[in-house]
Amino acid sequence: MAEAKRVQRPLSPHLQIYRPQLTSFTSILTRITGNAMAVTVVLIVWWLLAAASGEHYFRTANGVLTSWFGDVVLTASVLGMWYHLLAGLRHLYFDSGRGLDIPTAEKLGIACIVGSVVLTVLTVIVL
Amino acid sequence: MRYLTDRKRAAGLGSAKTGTEHFWHMQMSSVALLFLIPAFIFTFGRVLGRRYEQVLDYYAQPFPAIIAALTLIVGMVHFKNGAQVMIEDYAHGITRKALIISATCFSYGSIAIGLFALIKLAL
Repeated sequence: MAEAKRVQRPLSPHLQIYRPQLTSFTSILTRITGNAMAVTVVLIVWWLLAAASGEHYFRTANGVLTSWFGDVVLTASVLGMWYHLLAGLRHLYFDSGRGLDIPTAEKLGIACIVGSVVLTVLTVIVL
Repeated sequence: MRYLTDRKRAAGLGSAKTGTEHFWHMQMSSVALLFLIPAFIFTFGRVLGRRYEQVLDYYAQPFPAIIAALTLIVGMVHFKNGAQVMIEDYAHGITRKALIISATCFSYGSIAIGLFALIKLAL
């Protein structure tokens, strides 16, 4: 029958066993950038709430977001966001069953890293 | 004695019981965000750093306000599902449940606060 018996299966070696690879690096970076957006969301939602609550409160939130600290966090967020967006595109492409051979995956990985930097520079110039 | 055949019992019940919905929702929200995120970056980025009155006028307009609302809703649902996968990879037992609940509260909380602010700005 289908009742599975508990057996001791071998575990796969853990992450630090492997040599760092571009494919694993880009994958981990996708997760980090996506989850780090929580910080950005807190800042932006706070700013919106402050704007809705009156001028005095707005000055405080706006002061933080437009300070050097805010600039650093938001510019890093833009970089992270563009990276996550490009990596997401790459994943949608992977999910369609294409681009999964290592040379293509590595080329797309480099494209994500370079592309996110280029888009961030363009965003900073435009805004 | 079971009257169902093994094949019938297994149909649609992998070890995770469900699973494709989560993946499909991540794909759907990611496609939506491909359009929403650039729109949000360039609307929000345009008004950030302006004076208070300009911000009020800007977010009283439909386009930037709706883009911000949609980005917040779709983005935070996408965040919730993505964070859940990360938590499930690294945390176990009660910690896992507590973290997933926290991430869910954070996501819907951000949506609620953001929408409240946007509606108040629009009115």
